[in-house]
Amino acid sequence: MVGVVIVSHSQTLAEGVVELAKLMASDAHIVAAGGLDDGGLGTSFEKISNAIDEVYSDDGVAVLMDMGSAVMTTEMVIESMEGRKILMLDGPVVEGGVVVALEASLGTPLEELQEKVDEARDTKKIEK
Amino acid sequence: MIDILKATAAKIDEEKDYLTELDNEIADGDHGVNMAKGFNAVVAKLDAMSGKDIGSLLKTTGMTLVSTVGGSAGPLYGTAYMKAGSVLSGKNEMDEKDLVAAMEAAIGGIQMRGKATTGEKTMLDSLCPAYDALKSGVEAGEDMKTALTKAVEAAETGVEYTKTIKATKGRASYIGDRSIGHQDPGATSALYILQVLLDNI
Repeated sequence: MVGVVIVSHSQTLAEGVVELAKLMASDAHIVAAGGLDDGGLGTSFEKISNAIDEVYSDDGVAVLMDMGSAVMTTEMVIESMEGRKILMLDGPVVEGGVVVALEASLGTPLEELQEKVDEARDTKKIEK
Repeated sequence: MIDILKATAAKIDEEKDYLTELDNEIADGDHGVNMAKGFNAVVAKLDAMSGKDIGSLLKTTGMTLVSTVGGSAGPLYGTAYMKAGSVLSGKNEMDEKDLVAAMEAAIGGIQMRGKATTGEKTMLDSLCPAYDALKSGVEAGEDMKTALTKAVEAAETGVEYTKTIKATKGRASYIGDRSIGHQDPGATSALYILQVLLDNI
């Protein structure tokens, strides 16, 4: 099963997305990498590395990030793990996180997850 | 180089409230505090590194910034120092040509990591004109101090220029036109790094 990591500047936000995703996919391998090591706002290289290690398998790991340094720090973590199957997904963290956790738990391969996130981004919540 | 890095940390620490204030006006207000935290972590590692070559010192600085800063400045300055470190690998002294090469690599790293260019109200708006001034000075045969003095002047002009433009990269881009009139904190911290370099060569 593809592992999923949620990266956010906020620890509570990342953990909240994991909580919500688990509601839909209780067996998903999804973990949070939010905030700094001291709990403050920001993104931590070490937390992201540890989170990827925690859910890594041969099926790979999908990472969803909020913004700015979350994206750049994740990029640097992935570069430091050369040769491993890790993919950053571009999309909304909450909706994307839920969809990716669900798809991963159903056995969808890493390569197809971006497409699922794109669908989640384009889904209208309010019909006009 | 250890002295320069320590002086940089001291300068950043001294200016952290001002940098944070600049950042507060247009973005998330963490630049000064984050940078100070990162450079203080760098200082804590330096004493154990006496005798190491400049490349190793800069690479350690970069890696430490990446893992301790927490905001965008971490991966951006981190990449810059690591790239500069690669260029200066094995060197115990740096001449003006080395400095040009290191700065070119550092800027390349920031552009690659941040997918940014000049005119977007970022640290590149002080670093790129500084690099251009340094390079043309060195190519014209100027010594390090003369060329670097011009580079710092160009960076100062670059910082002033950031007040006139709208942010299109980074957190400040969320406020769009309202960022005009404010000085970019990243361009300002980059200027401090260059000023300290000039004062300590």
